[in-house]
Amino acid sequence: MQLTMALAGNPNAGKTTLFNQLTGARQHVGNYPGITVDHKEGQLHHNQRKIILTDLPGTYSMTAYTAEELVTRDYLIKERPQVVINIVDASNLERNLYLTVQLLELGVPLVIALNMIDVAQDRGIDVKAKVLGKLLGVPVVPIIARSGHGKKELLDTLLHVAEEQKDWIPRDISYGDDLDTTLKELEAEILSAKLFADTYPPRYIAIKYLENDDQILAKGKEDDAVTAEKLERRVEQTASHIHQTLDVYPEAIIADHRYGYIKSIIRQGVVTHKFDTDRLYTSDKIDKVLTNRLVGPVIMLCILFVLYQFTFSWSEAPVVWLDAIFGWLSGFIEKTLPDGLLKSMIISGIIDGVGGVIGFVPLIMFMFFGIAILEDSGYLARVAFMMDRIFRVFGLHGSSVMPFIVSGGIAGGCAVPGVMATRTLRSPKERMATLLTVPFMNCGAKLPVIALLIGAFFNDNQAQYMFLFTMLSWVVALLVAKFLRTTVLRGAPTPFVMELPPYRFPTLKGLLIHTWERTYQYIKKAGTIILGISILLWALMTFPGLPEDQVALYEQQRQTTLEKSSPEIISEIGSEPKQLSEPAMVLSQQLSHINNLKMEASLRHSIAGKIGTSMEPVSKLAGFDWRTDIAIIGGFAAKEVIVSTLGTAYSMGKDSIDKKESLGQRLKNDPNWNRVVAVSVLIFIMFYAPCFVTVVCIAKESSWSWAFFSIGFNTVFAFIFSVAVYQIGMFLGLG
Amino acid sequence: MPLINLRRMEKKQSGIIRSVKVSGELGRRIREMGLVPGTEITIQGRAPLNDPVALRVMGGTLTLRNNEADYIVVEIKNS
Repeated sequence: MQLTMALAGNPNAGKTTLFNQLTGARQHVGNYPGITVDHKEGQLHHNQRKIILTDLPGTYSMTAYTAEELVTRDYLIKERPQVVINIVDASNLERNLYLTVQLLELGVPLVIALNMIDVAQDRGIDVKAKVLGKLLGVPVVPIIARSGHGKKELLDTLLHVAEEQKDWIPRDISYGDDLDTTLKELEAEILSAKLFADTYPPRYIAIKYLENDDQILAKGKEDDAVTAEKLERRVEQTASHIHQTLDVYPEAIIADHRYGYIKSIIRQGVVTHKFDTDRLYTSDKIDKVLTNRLVGPVIMLCILFVLYQFTFSWSEAPVVWLDAIFGWLSGFIEKTLPDGLLKSMIISGIIDGVGGVIGFVPLIMFMFFGIAILEDSGYLARVAFMMDRIFRVFGLHGSSVMPFIVSGGIAGGCAVPGVMATRTLRSPKERMATLLTVPFMNCGAKLPVIALLIGAFFNDNQAQYMFLFTMLSWVVALLVAKFLRTTVLRGAPTPFVMELPPYRFPTLKGLLIHTWERTYQYIKKAGTIILGISILLWALMTFPGLPEDQVALYEQQRQTTLEKSSPEIISEIGSEPKQLSEPAMVLSQQLSHINNLKMEASLRHSIAGKIGTSMEPVSKLAGFDWRTDIAIIGGFAAKEVIVSTLGTAYSMGKDSIDKKESLGQRLKNDPNWNRVVAVSVLIFIMFYAPCFVTVVCIAKESSWSWAFFSIGFNTVFAFIFSVAVYQIGMFLGLG
Repeated sequence: MPLINLRRMEKKQSGIIRSVKVSGELGRRIREMGLVPGTEITIQGRAPLNDPVALRVMGGTLTLRNNEADYIVVEIKNS
């Protein structure tokens, strides 16, 4: 029979390292339904027994304030694992035991893995595992998760505890006379009413009532309203009594006594200090430089810039290779399949769609590798510490800086890894606000459009305008974040009480597992949906296709052109030589021009084209004609598409074939365009709906309703902004 | 020994927490990290813009925003 075990512990206690050490590569990531807290499961064998090990989220406590804590509690109660491994950082024993005490109160069969005994020893802290185990009444096994030291002893102990098949025995901790009396009464009431009888121990429920635990209070009301009412009234009496006499809240007394209990245990010879506790550790010395008030921010900017370079420059080569592979594949299909819908769907729908999904993979891998280094080394917490004051003004969190930069805070990022990078934020509201505003940054795919329009209309000051638009994206993103935090994401800031873990060298194994997990999740979860939408967009821009008579018209034009030329020239083009002669070149250009006109006509005739045309009366308010509308629709597939669609749309209506005009010049000469229109279009493209790969990622990181919100909100916002710019600009005669 | 607000403490200054007067999520967060009456803390430093503040508590380092530190009263050791 297989055994089920769970791994619980504080963040930064080495939980993931131990999990990787125990299960190796035999693990997979799943999400708990409805919330975005990861849930990892792995298996291992020891003494011919199979163990299924669940890695619970890292928590400091087991109240109902965060998703992580609820998951931990619910998992323990619903799944009732045979053994719970509580990993405890020996160099930070008191704080880590706070969770242990709560696990003891719940009564789960516990084994303590006393981790980082080497770090503790370096700091002159000697923890007597045997004494600690005796005082707590549970086995304590000293380990070093990084090196695997103590792994065998730990596994032996786990099997031993599992075989005993003990019942859950909740530990009673005294909370002082006032609370103990109340607790006894509540307990009796809970016991007689059989409230939560099959799940939690009665004393545990009584404590949760005193702690004002939302989840338990709601569940109690649902199960037995009368008893719940009685309990709540009793709690209120005690609370007001304590508040009057001692000026504190019951939950404060509970926390004080838990720490009192821990201190009383530690003082009984569990910990001995070899030298002065005030001495500076290596980590503190590093912090003296890295979080220095003057040097710190400079170093931080350098580190973030290096990460950015690493992600976007080093991933360039693999992206180019992948592009080449998909390009070759398209070429191959182009040559082998006959012209028609199937071919067009395979090339533009499937290959481009799969290529679009896979094309982001190197980016995501490099970025998560970089972030994993910053996170595992402990530096990311310092970044949050230094940036918090600025980001807090906008209702965000210090940790928001990373997703913003990755998304294009330094122009040329990408919102897809940016959205995924918001996982490092532990505060739900700040995380949502970050998630929804990072797509405003200027990602690499928007750059060609920006460059095209600036090049065409503001040729004299290109660099200044580029900088201006980068700054604009920051200002808009931060202000919109502030707006969201005062409206739909209203709420007090999540407390910043955060740990600055000691610096550590990340392990390569940990980094690789971390990177692979994220990448695989992206491919698996986002991949299929993205492929589907890609085919849908292809259909929008293809169907219903040109009517027969128009196709015939273009074919006729083609024939007329061909007839005018001599057979030698035609055969010269057919033989595809490297260098065409002058007349053949002209003919080839004429033919491709006819082809462009045909593509343009069929684009206009497609569903997307019809939508674009019908939107013109509205979009005119911002100065967009129907061609721009189509390009904007196409841009939802990927912002790269905007330039190529504009190219197709503006190939129409130019008679002079030999006059080789760039798209930029063409726009400049078009009567519909001027400087104000260019700025209005730019602003719209910078801020409207994120590309659908980003949208799918937003949905996966939060929910589909937020994803649709981001499409709708961003588009409306961008449109209002553009209309304002266009109308004011035209009114002032800046065009 | 003088009692002062944690926000007013200077770098390197140490003291013992005497009271934490806040309930709800912030109160719980502060307490679960070990900031309870009787705990000794030392100010390790402040962020570039003077906020948040970093403290040494029980061998670890914690950060708090100034407006969160306001709820904590500390008895200064070596003033």
